[in-house]
Amino acid sequence: MGQKRDFVDRPKRGPGRKTKKQGLPELPKQLKTEETKKKLGSRSRKRLVKRLRKQTELEQKKLIKKKQVAAAEDESDDENEEGDISSHSDSEDMEVTDGYTDDNKQWLKLSKKSFKKQGTHKQDDVSEDEDDSVEEEMEGGSSSDDDDDEMEDDFIGSDDDETNDDDDLLPVEKAAKKLQKKQKRDEHLAEAELQTNIAASEIYHLPSGQEITKEYILLQLAIFKGMTLSRKEYVNQLLKDMCLYYSYNNYLMMKLLDLFPQEIIEFLEANEAQRPITIRTNTLKTRRRDLAQALINRGVNLDPIGKWSKVGLVIYDSQVPIGATPEYLAGHYMLQGGSSFLPVMALAPQDNERILDMAAAPGGKTTYIGQLMHNTGMLFANDANKDRAKAIISNLHRMGITNCVVSNYDGRTYPKILIGFDRVLLDAPCSGTGVISKDPGVKTNKDEKDILRCSHLQKELILAAIDCCDANSKTGGYIVFSTCSVMVEENEWVIDYALKKRNVKLVPTGLDFGREGFMNFKEYRFHPSMKLTRRFYPHTHNLDGFFVAKLKKFSNRIPGQDKDKEDATEADAHLQETIGKNKKEDTDDSDNEEEKNKTMDVDSATSDGDDKNDDDDEEEEEDDDQEKEFGTGEDAVNRRRIPEFRGISVAVREKKNLKRKFKEQDEDNVSKKQKIVKSMTRSRHDAKISVKRNTTPRSSKKASNETPEASQSLKAFKTAQSVQSSSKTAKTAQHVKGIPKMPKTSQSVKVAPTPVSGSRKNDAQKRNTKKTVEKKKAPKTFTKKRKS
Amino acid sequence: MRPLTDEETVAVFEKLSKYIGENIRLLIDRPDGIYCFRLNNERVYYCSEELMKRAANISRDNLVNLGTCFGKFTKTRKFRLHITALDFLAPYAKGFGVTAKSTTDCRRVDPMTIVCFHQADIGEYVRNEETLT
Repeated sequence: MGQKRDFVDRPKRGPGRKTKKQGLPELPKQLKTEETKKKLGSRSRKRLVKRLRKQTELEQKKLIKKKQVAAAEDESDDENEEGDISSHSDSEDMEVTDGYTDDNKQWLKLSKKSFKKQGTHKQDDVSEDEDDSVEEEMEGGSSSDDDDDEMEDDFIGSDDDETNDDDDLLPVEKAAKKLQKKQKRDEHLAEAELQTNIAASEIYHLPSGQEITKEYILLQLAIFKGMTLSRKEYVNQLLKDMCLYYSYNNYLMMKLLDLFPQEIIEFLEANEAQRPITIRTNTLKTRRRDLAQALINRGVNLDPIGKWSKVGLVIYDSQVPIGATPEYLAGHYMLQGGSSFLPVMALAPQDNERILDMAAAPGGKTTYIGQLMHNTGMLFANDANKDRAKAIISNLHRMGITNCVVSNYDGRTYPKILIGFDRVLLDAPCSGTGVISKDPGVKTNKDEKDILRCSHLQKELILAAIDCCDANSKTGGYIVFSTCSVMVEENEWVIDYALKKRNVKLVPTGLDFGREGFMNFKEYRFHPSMKLTRRFYPHTHNLDGFFVAKLKKFSNRIPGQDKDKEDATEADAHLQETIGKNKKEDTDDSDNEEEKNKTMDVDSATSDGDDKNDDDDEEEEEDDDQEKEFGTGEDAVNRRRIPEFRGISVAVREKKNLKRKFKEQDEDNVSKKQKIVKSMTRSRHDAKISVKRNTTPRSSKKASNETPEASQSLKAFKTAQSVQSSSKTAKTAQHVKGIPKMPKTSQSVKVAPTPVSGSRKNDAQKRNTKKTVEKKKAPKTFTKKRKS
Repeated sequence: MRPLTDEETVAVFEKLSKYIGENIRLLIDRPDGIYCFRLNNERVYYCSEELMKRAANISRDNLVNLGTCFGKFTKTRKFRLHITALDFLAPYAKGFGVTAKSTTDCRRVDPMTIVCFHQADIGEYVRNEETLT
């Protein structure tokens, strides 16, 4: 198909290999001699001669001086015996120089440089100085700068007593003196500098801008004493600087800093770099090895993506556009980020299953699911955006997936259309804070509102996804939730919400790398099983920032709705006074409860407590639940504060309670047979209860305390009932279902069952206590119903 | 989504028979289940019956794709095959063919020559993504 290269027409390039000229042979290093090192020029030779002459002169002079000094010392010897003890032990020279100056010391220190070069030891002291003087000469261009030296001496050297000796001194000595002075000056300066440095560092100011980025000062702030500002101010400064440098908005940077207190710079830097291009082999049409070979032949440089994937390839560079090769068009591979493999791998689709991809566009994950299912079973892909849904179709056809239906619904409405899926993948729309390298716009245009809006949408979607899934599926019942965001609000928070709202539990994702999800983060406290979720970061895994959580649905019941349904049916049942039906329901309930207990989540651990505290605990938990249901946004707070809602909810709840009481009374009156049947089952519980009743006197107390109130409301209800027809009440019951749940007031909770007179009282109490026993194990969302 | 009418069936099968002849039967009587043709938004889809039954829950407007799209009916009620049908036609294809000069030959022809030859190509997956189904 492709054209073949024409080798005939190509002209020769360059002069050819054999025409190259060889350079001169070089001696190997070990054979080179020292002599070849350096040859002196004529001028330098002259200078050498001069230097030697000077040297001899200097030596002579030294000798003369020594004699003079020795004579002087003899006189002063008696005066300072102590100081000379050490010097006496030393050689004669030292003694001599002692009274003279420290000059020599300075020289000695300095002249270490070029000792070896000069070779002879004698010359050392002087030669160094001369070297310097020579250098100076070079700079000045001639030896006339001796005058300059004198000039300088006049200016600076006023503190020394040697100014009068200047005339006697040789130029060498002058130079030496000059050098010495210079050194002193330097020393002074250095000292001054040092002091200023100390002063500056005592009040430590954080450097601004890039310098700071490499140091994690804020983590070990205690090291820096005498900080003038508080830690908060430094953090703010850091935040501002990073915002400026990496051009993020303040909110996002703050969030990221919370997420990555230590590795923030790594994360930000990783966001500046592009992730490598990765492709996924379509195993329906080819194998990875074949594909790799085909692409290598086209001049693509690639490698397997890693141990964790058998279908991924990383493209390093390519001579052809990767998205337009014949292999691509034939559907042999898909351009897809490495992180996009993860949710599908976590989903682990099996053959002949029904799988839903709720937010599918552009179909990368969908096609991966399709290929894992080997084109068997059914695959439903959905996307809310019709234009993006087109992209799914194109990809599906190209990849040869034939078992797929593409729909265009809002994901939140999907449970109304189709349910009963074995597995559901929800790659939820998100703020995209994990893929900043792909879309740098996120840096600036995401603020708190956007994050919370995403989070809210995700919560709705995940509930829909869970509702679509079938818990009774033989092979599945799994939901995988993933986002390309690193925000806790869009990840753990959403999962935590789902755990509370539906009968699901977290299960291991099956991905052996990645970081564990947060169990607590700042003000949030999540379910302990949250560590089963996985987080992926650009700086640690070289993948896009990603979050993957796998949920298993263990019951098809929806906690909140079921309860309302039961209430409604109970109300009907009461009005029609169909007691037999009640009995059925009761047994149903108990069945369900048992089922509940079997498939209990870890929630039970939290609600498990002493019998005494049971009631209170549960009240609190319920309140919490409802708080979470509304979220913590401002709207939710406002809604909660509206008194009308609260009033309605209280009234409604009272009514329900009363209805329940009626039902119980009726039961007691009529269904003695039931009791006999139930007593068989209860006998086991009764033993426990008899023990526990001693520890729980509260329930009976409560009942006696609140009877007047209850009887009042009972009256009110009776009057209301007389007005309403039966059909109407049924309607209100339905209406009740529609009203959003409001946080429970203590009043409504306290309404206790009416005490039953005589021997029945015992029975009623028994039932109450029995229910509290059951309550203990049941998840908290179900407690409201069993309160009475 | 609805089954094809008689005229539509005739149009589709006539077109298909040009490419795969008698093998059309094999498209419908498959060993792995019953497969059927369905029409939605003037496009003809080919899918298994089970999938079709499930997809019946999705309303006409919201159903974007079902199984494999074979082609579409034009406004003049002619049937056009899409490149997406290639996977199903290729295994049963008759020994039909068209001869043409290769692309390299076309490059060397007289500058005034008009070359026009196009049936379908896999590049359509990318180029005609919008109108593919």
